[in-house]
Amino acid sequence: MKTFKIGGIHPPENKTTGDSPVVDMPVPGELRIMLSQCIGVPAKPIVKPGDKVEYGQMIAEAPAFVSAPVYSPVNGTVKKLEPTRTPQGIWQDSIVIETDMDNPVSWPAPRTQEEVNDLSPDEIIDLVGNSGIVGLGGATFPTKVKLSVPKGKSVEYVLINGAECEPCLTCDDALMRYDAHNIVKGTLLIMKATGAKSGIIGIEENKPDAIKAMKAAVSGERSLNVVTLKKKYPQGGEKQLIYALTGRTVPAGALPIETGCIVDNVATAYAIYDAIYNRRPLTERIVTVTGPEISEPGNFRVKNGTSIKDILDFAGGVPEDTGKIIAGGPMMGKAVSTLETPATKGLSGLVALPLSESLRKKEGPCIRCARCVSVCPMGLEPYLLMLQADVKKWDDMAASGVMNCLECGCCTYTCPSYRPLLDMIKLGKQELRKK
Amino acid sequence: MNKLIISLSPHIHAPGSIDRCMWNVVIALVPALAVALWTFGLPALWVTLISVGACLLTEWTITKFMFRRPCTLSNGSALITGILLAFNLPSILPWWMVIIGAIVAIGIGKMSFGGLGCNIWNPALVGRVFLLLSFPAAMTTWPENVDSAFNATTGASSQVDASSGATLLTHLNSGDTSLADYNLLDMMTGHMNGSLGEVGGLAILLGLIYLLVTRTITWHIPVSVIASAAFFSWAFGGNPILDIFAGGLLLGAVFMATDYVTSPMTGKGQLIFGAMIGLITIIIRRYGAYPEGMSFAILLMNSFVPLINRYCRPAIFGAKGRRNQA
Repeated sequence: MKTFKIGGIHPPENKTTGDSPVVDMPVPGELRIMLSQCIGVPAKPIVKPGDKVEYGQMIAEAPAFVSAPVYSPVNGTVKKLEPTRTPQGIWQDSIVIETDMDNPVSWPAPRTQEEVNDLSPDEIIDLVGNSGIVGLGGATFPTKVKLSVPKGKSVEYVLINGAECEPCLTCDDALMRYDAHNIVKGTLLIMKATGAKSGIIGIEENKPDAIKAMKAAVSGERSLNVVTLKKKYPQGGEKQLIYALTGRTVPAGALPIETGCIVDNVATAYAIYDAIYNRRPLTERIVTVTGPEISEPGNFRVKNGTSIKDILDFAGGVPEDTGKIIAGGPMMGKAVSTLETPATKGLSGLVALPLSESLRKKEGPCIRCARCVSVCPMGLEPYLLMLQADVKKWDDMAASGVMNCLECGCCTYTCPSYRPLLDMIKLGKQELRKK
Repeated sequence: MNKLIISLSPHIHAPGSIDRCMWNVVIALVPALAVALWTFGLPALWVTLISVGACLLTEWTITKFMFRRPCTLSNGSALITGILLAFNLPSILPWWMVIIGAIVAIGIGKMSFGGLGCNIWNPALVGRVFLLLSFPAAMTTWPENVDSAFNATTGASSQVDASSGATLLTHLNSGDTSLADYNLLDMMTGHMNGSLGEVGGLAILLGLIYLLVTRTITWHIPVSVIASAAFFSWAFGGNPILDIFAGGLLLGAVFMATDYVTSPMTGKGQLIFGAMIGLITIIIRRYGAYPEGMSFAILLMNSFVPLINRYCRPAIFGAKGRRNQA
């Protein structure tokens, strides 16, 4: 079975929602839609308070190439434009929309297969860009940019990331189990847009139902393949996945396009299908809500802008003993500082940890056990990077290759001395970016 | 509801801890300790207890009165140093020498560098070599009354110094390498003279299996030390099996060279480190003034660890050629 070459860990899966269906969460009365929902320039609002908006109407436009517009998930009225706190507690601009409950959404007529077949690659890329689609695996890189292959480069493989190596999360798993055919349609669109000859969908072995569903969906498509991957974190890392599926190594500091590959998440492929066939911009996504004490965990289809509190209430409420709520998975997700923060395009899951699992243990000295070195999937030396960061030797960190770090957290996870290796590495990267 | 806790990712942690690693080593040392007690009787127990007690007290005193830091005894590293130091001593060593060895091991070998994680050399070996150089006679005087098949065939009484038993290595170095002189099974089960911990080859291998199964250590260092010693023993015309099971080679390969703090960070570096230890040990055994070279070999290679780390850095995924040396 295929996997990546160096490093990696096997954290407990805790995928309690692996059999749960996708449940549509009811539309809340008020949505707070963040303007910065992708890596890149925040969107610029084009509505003002009092405006009536319809489902699918653009409410904020992309002011730059690396940016993505934002669309209204409901019919309703713009109440105000005001800052809202992000999961990290930073105030950022948002649009508050009051849902018009009496005026339900009427879906636009879908495109027929013939109409889709008639779209040229450039038209597909434009439609993707004008649907606000970003990478839904968590990085939220504007998909339009990724699909626009630079001059002189060509794409051989489209790799669809269904690894979902993060513990606890099952949103991609659920999507593959229920919408395999549409993921395949999305994948074919990405291949058409980029001129790729073949597509590979990589899924980790711990999702047998998803593998079965995807294999059934690609049967008859000779250009598509489903590959079962050995379970190992961080398989879903772009460079790790490319190596696992094609045996190619992305040169340090380069983009995947150098190896003739582009990688998109299964949820992104689905969003592209939805945008092109159903003419529906990206305004909702599947969010896994789980945690040892969550009473009704599940995979919920959530409207962009729904507050995290509403989502958790839908899953049975926030448990009394909760110490930490993570937006995303426990390895790379971010701890949420306030429940008022809304769901964004990049929110893959909410994990509620009890207080006993939320606190870090006291850090001890580095005993040079070398575990961080052996688990680093990028071949870095986290112990050394932390020592360099401790004495603010930022340039030495750069020479040690810190910018290659993908922040997967294997080092901190495995350190028997509970040293905050990744914290210090992130600090070093931040200092180096300032320069 | 509680106040929400904010921290950077990752939010989960592997079950391991330093304490767990150290206690795993202690558990792995138990079989060899049992063989030592069985072979040498009560004196072995006294040496072990005195050594462990002195090590713990030294560390406690230094952390409390010199570092003024919280007590660090619970991590088990001083306990390991104590046991390993005892394992490197003859069972009839006077009690005050054991205490001096312990103070040097912990005080100079570890705490003078700043405590756990900061030392350059293996603390227990620093203590042992200090004793060996200070009290060469006492450190090479072995008990006579050991129920040893080896002693029975070669006869401690036939030795020049009748008051001391002889270890197999003493014979090896006097040019006596014939296979008729020893019984391998006896050597592996403690029917042999020597320091406390080095007589039970099988017990040490049992400890090695435990350390590997619990993933406390990796295979690189023990395997490379043993393989390299066997190869060079053969290359220098010795008997590889004798060289592996006699003396402290196994003890050193499994418990001393694998010390996290004083061994290299990458598998490649560890293989070089282990192979050099094997080579130096055999050279000292064949051509050196001392019958045993394991402790010197490990200490020498400990000194090279920073250099090995520098030249055996892992390759950055996707980077071409060698990286810049930091």
